[in-house]
Amino acid sequence: MLLSVDHVTHYRYDRPVRGVVQSHRLMPSKFDGQQVLDWSVTMTGGTMGSAFRDGAGDWVQGWTVAGPVDEIEVRVSGRVLTTDLAGILRGHKEIVPPEAYLRDTDTTVADAALIELGQLIAAADSPLSGCHALMEAISAAIAYKPGTTRAQTTAAQALAQGEGVCQDHAQALISAARAGGIPARYVSGYLQSGQDGMDHEAAHAWGELYVAGIGWIGFDPANQCCPDARYIRIGSGLDAQDAAPIRGISRGSGAEILSVTVAVQTQEQ
Amino acid sequence: MLSRTADNLYWIARNMERAETAARLLEVGARISLLPTAQGYRNDWDSLLRASGNANGYAAKYGAPAQAQIEQYLFFDRDNPNSVAACITNARENARIIRTALTTQVWDALNTAFQELRQIEAQTGMRELSRLTEWVTRHTAMVRGAIDATQLRNDGYNMLNMGYYLERGDSTARLMDVKYYVLLPRADYVGSGLDNDQWSMLLRAMSASRAFHWAYGGEITSAKIAHFLILNPQCPRSLITCMAGMNNHLTRLAKLYGRETEAQSVAASLLHNLENQSTEQIFEEGLHEFLSRFIGEAAGLGAIIHNSYLSGDMQ
Amino acid sequence: MTPYFNEMFQNNAVRPPYAGLEGWSADMPADIRLAKQAEAEALFRRIGITFAVYGEGGDPDRLIPFDMFPRVFTHSEWAKLERGIKQRARALNAFLVDVYGRGEIVRAGRIPGKLVYQNDAYEKSVCGFVPPKGVYSHIVGIDIVRTGPGEFYVLEDNCRTPSGVSYMLESREMMMRMFPDLFRENRIEPIDSYPDKLRRTLASVAPAKCDRAPTVVILTPGHFNSAYYEHSFLADLMGVELVEGQDLFVDGAFVYMRTTEGPKRVDVIYRRLDDAFIDPLCFRPDSMLGVPGLMDVYRSGGVSICSAPGAGVADDKAVYTYVPEMIRFYLGEEPLLNNVPTWKCGEASDLKYVDENLHELVVKEVHGSGGYGMLVGPKSTKQQIEEFRLLIKADPSNYIAQPTLALSTTPTFVEEGIAPRHVDLRPYCLVGERIELVPGGLTRVALREGSLVVNSSQGGGVKDTWVLSE
Repeated sequence: MLLSVDHVTHYRYDRPVRGVVQSHRLMPSKFDGQQVLDWSVTMTGGTMGSAFRDGAGDWVQGWTVAGPVDEIEVRVSGRVLTTDLAGILRGHKEIVPPEAYLRDTDTTVADAALIELGQLIAAADSPLSGCHALMEAISAAIAYKPGTTRAQTTAAQALAQGEGVCQDHAQALISAARAGGIPARYVSGYLQSGQDGMDHEAAHAWGELYVAGIGWIGFDPANQCCPDARYIRIGSGLDAQDAAPIRGISRGSGAEILSVTVAVQTQEQ
Repeated sequence: MLSRTADNLYWIARNMERAETAARLLEVGARISLLPTAQGYRNDWDSLLRASGNANGYAAKYGAPAQAQIEQYLFFDRDNPNSVAACITNARENARIIRTALTTQVWDALNTAFQELRQIEAQTGMRELSRLTEWVTRHTAMVRGAIDATQLRNDGYNMLNMGYYLERGDSTARLMDVKYYVLLPRADYVGSGLDNDQWSMLLRAMSASRAFHWAYGGEITSAKIAHFLILNPQCPRSLITCMAGMNNHLTRLAKLYGRETEAQSVAASLLHNLENQSTEQIFEEGLHEFLSRFIGEAAGLGAIIHNSYLSGDMQ
Repeated sequence: MTPYFNEMFQNNAVRPPYAGLEGWSADMPADIRLAKQAEAEALFRRIGITFAVYGEGGDPDRLIPFDMFPRVFTHSEWAKLERGIKQRARALNAFLVDVYGRGEIVRAGRIPGKLVYQNDAYEKSVCGFVPPKGVYSHIVGIDIVRTGPGEFYVLEDNCRTPSGVSYMLESREMMMRMFPDLFRENRIEPIDSYPDKLRRTLASVAPAKCDRAPTVVILTPGHFNSAYYEHSFLADLMGVELVEGQDLFVDGAFVYMRTTEGPKRVDVIYRRLDDAFIDPLCFRPDSMLGVPGLMDVYRSGGVSICSAPGAGVADDKAVYTYVPEMIRFYLGEEPLLNNVPTWKCGEASDLKYVDENLHELVVKEVHGSGGYGMLVGPKSTKQQIEEFRLLIKADPSNYIAQPTLALSTTPTFVEEGIAPRHVDLRPYCLVGERIELVPGGLTRVALREGSLVVNSSQGGGVKDTWVLSE
């Protein structure tokens, strides 16, 4: 499937800031399911730092903006040819050992309820079917309801309140999976779903679980499926914060007003 | 040099000079309170609080002025950022942060002042005011002397001196302004015996009494005093001496770095203005108006120095 | 008779290295001794060598007690130690390069992957990155105790930012100042080249992109940190800037410091700041102490960070037990320095032994430091032991246990005169283009009679450490 992305993040500061530093993971991952036709990331007034591919296979690009500045726009646009690999991350080069993804973070510490969900994996006939069962269970336990959780909401909190967005689904999934002994990570990317392409979930997140013998497999509890040709994978981490596509900080006292628009559309090939 | 290092050097100087100002204020206050005038004591202490810029802070904590409390407030009170204790502690902390930019002698002088201050605070004796103020001027002079005798004549030395001159000019201007508007609220006192007593106290507060008589002799008049404290380059605390000092060290800095900033041109024009002033012009403008303008312009120069050297945001 | 090895007296005779100190200490009248001690304290205070203890109130300008009685090693004793230390430092760095690369030692089954990859100190953001010269830990502090004439044990490794080297240098300075005759009468190896060696070590690991004489800085958490004196002392002796996070900034592909003349590029950062704080974009987002964007510049070869982020995984107390294995695996050598036998409470059989023998063991938190969170079995009350037993049971893998070692003693000036007190040794091994260390290290002494805890936060003091020339 040929997908086009137009993703604009706009920062406005109520008082000019003295400078901005950002670290971007905004390049589509290199693996058999994705072929980048063209792709660009721009930042108004920004100086590009040098870039590198990290041990998890993500392309990281640093940016700095010299102040004073009161408005910044990060624009991502491009086209990717995708193939449905049933969620399997085939042909992805990485060095971080899967075991490193058994570690908890503040937002993914499993509580009793998540540990119980994690037992679904051991209870299944195979780890793979256990992962599917876990995804179904998370999906059933957390209803999609925007505005009920915040960026800092933990997996345990989201599960307890039974509502959340894709971030909460993904964090609950990986938290329970780790509790069940399966290495798991948070994945950020794009999803083409609505007809017009302007879907609220266009900037999307899901989980990847490591199944011995197969490798990393994506699971999206929000849509109860494994990522297919509608998905573009960008980067991964131990939790939402660790996998954030844009991490940044400004120097100054100006309050930040953020607005994001994302459009992901299918194109005629 | 790191901008933060420069900033700490600059503030060592400003804090030490400010500690000295607080001590001098206390000393002149104590002397005024011994004068048998009909004014009584209260108002004079009140004016001293205003001179130190802390009348509001004091009132909030203690209410009505009383000598013992004012001594406490101006000397020991850590809640008062301009107290001797606060300034010496801050200067020593500035020094500790950039310990290695100072010679052993300068650190020693600052640290000894701080350690002795802690002893004075701990004991109840040695609270006699004249001994306290003498203690302060001795230590500020020791620090200044150690700087002059031992510090490398590099950019840091210029930063220290810029701090000293800027703070000292501000202090002189404020003391004069207080004399004119607080000690002497009514114009018909000008030229009276009381007026002269107060001018004399002011000179004493600046350790400039003897120097004044050497330079002028005869009657103390407001015109002579204004000339001495504003326009006379021989007076170590005059506004013109302070501005010339700023110019000297800013020029040295520009030469060292091979580039000028806005600070050099602003300091040069402020000095030029003073050099072309006469006491007549000052009184025509109004002493208070003149001093207020100077205080504002000096503060503006301070802000430019901050932006040009200390903030770390220069390109 | 004390069961402990006394480094000066053995069988009522003075051991050779201490021969030069026998007369000196015996002839010193009590009043002179007290006067010298007071002089030393006044000097330390004047220079500003003070030590604030974490989490304790009280005097922020507290001094670490200095004991004037030196601790002495013969040339051959030291030569043996030095070889063992260098061997260990090499193996630890080889381990770090390996576990952030292919992880051969784990694949070979010589160390459990769980211990390495699930360790809090394992930093996946540096996976696949080999720092300049393949060095992760540039200053390795190795804590060594002695139990007999030829018996030395490594107590723990410090691969991140071992502190205390300023006390090593200042103790020597103090002794040379107060007792110059001792240095004429005894041939003592000098240590004052340490700051130069450290600077050379750091400069030798400048990043590939650095095409001129590298600019080295020391990054401190700030002047409220308990080790601030040391940071500023080292910066001064090395002739480099001491910077805080706010003094540095990233612009494009490089790191710069804010100076009165504008930005100046920085090539090597000797950081005295924990991994979690060095870059809010990569680690703790609330850190105000670090430099935003630093890790991106580091990973793309624009700046070197010493020690490298992630180095801490090698000095974890649970990983410690595998260091002899690392030496065999990477170097093909037998360890020259022994580990202390260690029981890992995370393993069932070990936990059982520890539980049954708690009164005889020293138990430590795996990630603890500074002598906090530990139990010295033989020195604890029944109640303390029972309380600790509960802590261990609640989180076994957080604890290791070791036998209570009969730490050697050296003569120490105490109120009543001279008495034996327990000591340890921390040498500082520098690893860059070359591996080197100055002779000796920091000797810490437990000043309380009978105490085995030498940490300065627990009432320990320091001594000058001598290595005699051949």
